[in-house]
Amino acid sequence: MSSMLARDIFDLTVEHLFLVGLSMGIAAAVAIPVGILLTRRMFLQRWVLGFANVMQTVPSLALFGFLIPLPFLGGIGKHTAIVALVLYALLPILRNTLTGILGVDPTVRESAIAMGMTERQLLVEVELPLATRTILAGLRIATVTTIGTATIAAAIGGGGLGVFIFRGLASVDTTLLLAGAVPAALIAVAADRGLEWVEQKLSPV
Amino acid sequence: MTDGHVSPLVSFRQVSAHVGQKNILHDLSFDVEAGETLVLLGRSGSGKTTALKMVNGLLLPSAGEVSIEGVPTTAWDLIRLRRRIGYVIQEAGLFPHFTVAANVGLVPRLEGWQVPDVDARVQDLLAQIGLPPTQFTTRYPRELSGGQRQRVGIARALAANPPLLLLDEPFGALDPVTRVELQHMFIDLRDKLGKTALLVTHDVREALLLGTRIGVLHSGRLVFLGGRSEFLKAQDEEVRAFHTCLEEKWEDSI
Repeated sequence: MSSMLARDIFDLTVEHLFLVGLSMGIAAAVAIPVGILLTRRMFLQRWVLGFANVMQTVPSLALFGFLIPLPFLGGIGKHTAIVALVLYALLPILRNTLTGILGVDPTVRESAIAMGMTERQLLVEVELPLATRTILAGLRIATVTTIGTATIAAAIGGGGLGVFIFRGLASVDTTLLLAGAVPAALIAVAADRGLEWVEQKLSPV
Repeated sequence: MTDGHVSPLVSFRQVSAHVGQKNILHDLSFDVEAGETLVLLGRSGSGKTTALKMVNGLLLPSAGEVSIEGVPTTAWDLIRLRRRIGYVIQEAGLFPHFTVAANVGLVPRLEGWQVPDVDARVQDLLAQIGLPPTQFTTRYPRELSGGQRQRVGIARALAANPPLLLLDEPFGALDPVTRVELQHMFIDLRDKLGKTALLVTHDVREALLLGTRIGVLHSGRLVFLGGRSEFLKAQDEEVRAFHTCLEEKWEDSI
């Protein structure tokens, strides 16, 4: 019985990590380039940040609820959960990409331009390296939040450690509840520490 | 030397600049001839930095024309133009994530020099600016003193061997002793390498020390342009305001 539980914990943990990993991958692939674009097209900032802001403000269970009736994106299952998690993760990554790049010392940016760097060289050789730390901090915040939010994904059939939590709640079974809650909390702490370490390592300054 | 007409290295023709409603420069005309150091002297807000930034196309004139080697900045490929002009600013503007060697070697690298050539150039320049390469190539800007950073800034500006240097208050943030050391280093290098320079400062002593000619900007207008002795004799009100900064100590030393 207990080995069954252990296997279930393992399987759901893997599923949870998959949900978080995939969502973060998509969110980063969208939010970092969009964040860079926003530093070049300032007038878009209000709209894009506004959208991301609203997404983050909607309570997570409500957001899952909104997505279910939507065609293509919605329905019951993992993909709906991933769409919601991506929408949640956008804002911190977007905002930190923007702050990181705009926070580069203007005299450094000016001398890069004065040395004859192209737009691309300025971005790749100066702005992104100097913004790395801030962007990674955004990824870290988003990841830790997503690990928590992903537990709610079980409510719409997304799987993951939330399955235990909801089952435990329904059957008033503390063991089951903890079987979901403890690993989820541990993953979150580990991710926070791990990404913080990466931040320190990769930071060029 | 042939005596065919050579267009001045830098030429301002009726240049005006406004930012919004505010006029920064009015009808500015002057040349910088090859080999000279022209110092633009002026108070804060006189428009001198704006004028400097028009030379390498960081800013473009609202009216009039700035020409480099006879070609208006609006017609230059700005990337190419900037790589032919060394640029030094007050806090050096070094890249904090690049080592000293990477900072100095930047423009040669952008210009596609071979790695060994870049390295050799960096070694040579560091030696020339008085920073032993063995100690300094791998350091980061934050590990340098203000004076050392400024030396690196000058080396970086010289790296691709540009004919022209632009310097915006290059020694303004340094303590007086370091400032004088760097001013003399600059004079030595400039004379040895035969560089043309356009330098902006609010320090009248610096203008007299470094300038082969001095231009005085006041509220965006060029109110004086001439050599040192003419400057010291000039009667323009703004030039005389700068004379008063000199009076006590300068008279002692004469």
